[in-house]
Amino acid sequence: MANATAMRAHEWQLALPLALFFALFFAAPLLLLIWISFQADRQMTGGLGLAQYVAFLGDRLNLQVLIDTLLLGVKATCLCLVAGYPLAWLCTRVSARFQALLIFLIVLPIVTSVVVRTFAWIVILGRRGMVNEAIVALGLSSQPLHLLFSETGVIIVLTQVQMPLMVLPLITALQRIDPNLANASSALGAGAWRTFFKITLPLSMPGVIAGIILTYTACVSAFVTQSLIGGSRLLYMPMLIFQQAMDLQNWPFAAAASMLFTVSVLLIVGLLVALSRSRAAQLYG
Amino acid sequence: MRTSIDWEALSLKAVFGLISLITIFILVAPTVVILILSFTGEEALRFPPASYSLRWYAALLDANELQDAFVISIKVAAITTLVSVVLAVAAALAIARSRSAFARALETLFMSPLILPALAFGFASLMMFSLMGLRPSIMTLSIGHIIVCAPFVLRTTLASLAQLDPALTDCSTSLGASDAYTFRKITLPLISRGVISGGFIAFMASFDNVPVSLFLQDTRTQVLPIYLWDIIQNQLDSRAASACGVIVIMTIILMMMMERVAGFSRFIK
Repeated sequence: MANATAMRAHEWQLALPLALFFALFFAAPLLLLIWISFQADRQMTGGLGLAQYVAFLGDRLNLQVLIDTLLLGVKATCLCLVAGYPLAWLCTRVSARFQALLIFLIVLPIVTSVVVRTFAWIVILGRRGMVNEAIVALGLSSQPLHLLFSETGVIIVLTQVQMPLMVLPLITALQRIDPNLANASSALGAGAWRTFFKITLPLSMPGVIAGIILTYTACVSAFVTQSLIGGSRLLYMPMLIFQQAMDLQNWPFAAAASMLFTVSVLLIVGLLVALSRSRAAQLYG
Repeated sequence: MRTSIDWEALSLKAVFGLISLITIFILVAPTVVILILSFTGEEALRFPPASYSLRWYAALLDANELQDAFVISIKVAAITTLVSVVLAVAAALAIARSRSAFARALETLFMSPLILPALAFGFASLMMFSLMGLRPSIMTLSIGHIIVCAPFVLRTTLASLAQLDPALTDCSTSLGASDAYTFRKITLPLISRGVISGGFIAFMASFDNVPVSLFLQDTRTQVLPIYLWDIIQNQLDSRAASACGVIVIMTIILMMMMERVAGFSRFIK
């Protein structure tokens, strides 16, 4: 036993360097962020108070930016789920070779620069881009649509940019489902759609929720895509924080905005985690 | 045996297959568009281009600012990857062997940069460094990047360690090998694919990082993605297309290498 304790103490030391690094350069800055967000005035003369939070929440425009950002995440995440689920399903039903190719195509966007992919969309969605020329040529609209610098455009691009984060956990979850369950369901007379909605989809919920968490947090804080596709007319929280911090040098206000944004995102993630726990409890007892 | 066609099963496959096709098209299209566009012979960026040439690739040779940004990004990504791998592999060894609640809490802490808005963390780091009197430099950039990239290495290394049979290391130890020797000869070779994959993801994540770099760089240390973001937003320079083309080609080659060496796509899930 003495040996085991010595071993454990020795093993803990291995986590120490990273823990120390995180304490110094992750925990400390975040604590500083909290402290600065409670500064009463922007010169940071030392008085503490809720002035920055009151200023943010008291202004309808700021509040609207926060709500827009959180909703943008919801819309893009829903689209990712609807478009990504069938692809994940397909990946678990094809030969190993074809699956490897599909996964390569899904993973490639994750490692390709976000700036690069967003740039491609500017060319595709622009007023004289491919999509608009197709729409006009097909007679769907008499003039080009404003896809760039619109919320629709931001949602479309976010969906593509963050899709892999949704599809990969879904593939993992779908692969874990025992195929006998679906077979049993159809042997008992349920049709393919019913089997999907009653068996496959509920059993893949852990993957769905994991995918939603990853996609949602990535979408709301996707600074590059939001600013390049949204343009200057559409303002979301990351850009608001950046402008307040760097252009206006109003650190306490930017800190309060960061806190409100982070806490909102964490609350939504916490809610999803609780939901997935209760789902798991329901499914597996 | 039923010989009639199961229309319902067919309709499910048709609907899911069709949506999958559209999704794959949307996933792949931007990469293809960039590759084709980077070979345009025109002044303006239009797709498809009316003529093709290598002129914008040639133009990259005189683009000094762009080259400087590229070098800084590579330097930061290399430092970030090296430090992330050393720190995260050590931490993964400690966490994987322990079942205690403290180990789980540590794991959650080390993973949390992936969930927190990176921009808020970048801003927080800027305030700390500036209160410490440190000016933005390659060092501050690297420190910020290590926080957001180390979780990737930790995750892939933990996944490899979970598949490692503890009997192998126990054998080595009971046969008298030191811990360091066991690590070098048994553990490391068996988890190397996870470590390499994590290192690759960390490298690409650092190379591509904008939200943290925005706050930790200055004009002397501008990184490539922010330089590109700037020229795309302000002047839509055609050199942006060829620079993006270089990044895409580099990414595809690296990824194929990693797939061969480490079976990397299995680790990204």
